[in-house]
Amino acid sequence: MLKPGISDVQGQVVERSLPALGWENVSGVRVGKHLEFEVEGMSLDLLKAQVEQMCERFLANTVIESYRVDIREA
Amino acid sequence: MKPRIAVVVFPGSNCEQDVVHALRSEGADADYAWHGDADLGGADGVVLPGGFAHGDYLRTGAIARFSPVMDAVRALADDGKPVLGICNGFQILAEAHLVSGALIKNEGLRFLCVWTDITVEDTDTIATRACEKGQRLRIPINHYEGNYRADGQPRVAFRYVDNPNGAWENIAGVSNDAGNVVGLMPHPERASHELLGSADGRFILTSLIESCCVPSRT
Repeated sequence: MLKPGISDVQGQVVERSLPALGWENVSGVRVGKHLEFEVEGMSLDLLKAQVEQMCERFLANTVIESYRVDIREA
Repeated sequence: MKPRIAVVVFPGSNCEQDVVHALRSEGADADYAWHGDADLGGADGVVLPGGFAHGDYLRTGAIARFSPVMDAVRALADDGKPVLGICNGFQILAEAHLVSGALIKNEGLRFLCVWTDITVEDTDTIATRACEKGQRLRIPINHYEGNYRADGQPRVAFRYVDNPNGAWENIAGVSNDAGNVVGLMPHPERASHELLGSADGRFILTSLIESCCVPSRT
């Protein structure tokens, strides 16, 4: 997700389109990315740390984006 | 002396031939280097050309920055040698943190392929040493993600006269602190001959070539 303060032009365009469809009470639309994948290991804590590293180094550009990790056991 | 300049080809690069041709026309010994190569064969300088390296998947430059050749590019940069990133090459340098900031989608959400006028803000970089401060250059842009966002206070090499893409502070190009790594969105190789509509890009290309001929800047 683009950090607050980084203008999200995609979000703005989506937001401007909503009133035309009858939804006039929506504001603050932000468009982000959603990645899903499977990762194997014994400890949820270790896996969370690994995925956070993956985000820091590659999956997100922390100059402009923030990220959130959500891990569920299969 | 004819400086050797490596022009890196990533899968999806598409401006490498133009860059090599333009650099050779200016007298450099320019040749291609493959992104999978671990070294640059002792090149005096390197150019990351425009295109869509690795399809620009995930983010522009995000995958390219991990190409094997990037270790050699970083080593050259750390050595004070000239590194120039043009358009997609700029995006790759930013992702690799060899220059600061990031490039996001253009403000108007349009791919822009237009002529721009830019001004030279700093003549002490490898891409501007043959220019004069405040000099105006007419060079085209060709990108969807050229909207520069800063991370701290970047060293500005070029600014747009009329901001085409929403870039912060009209920034068209930046350098690292040492001035030996420069990234810019406009394409100097596409303004390298009067027949193309402008030869102003030659100031940038000859700056690069001259910089390859002088001792490292570190």
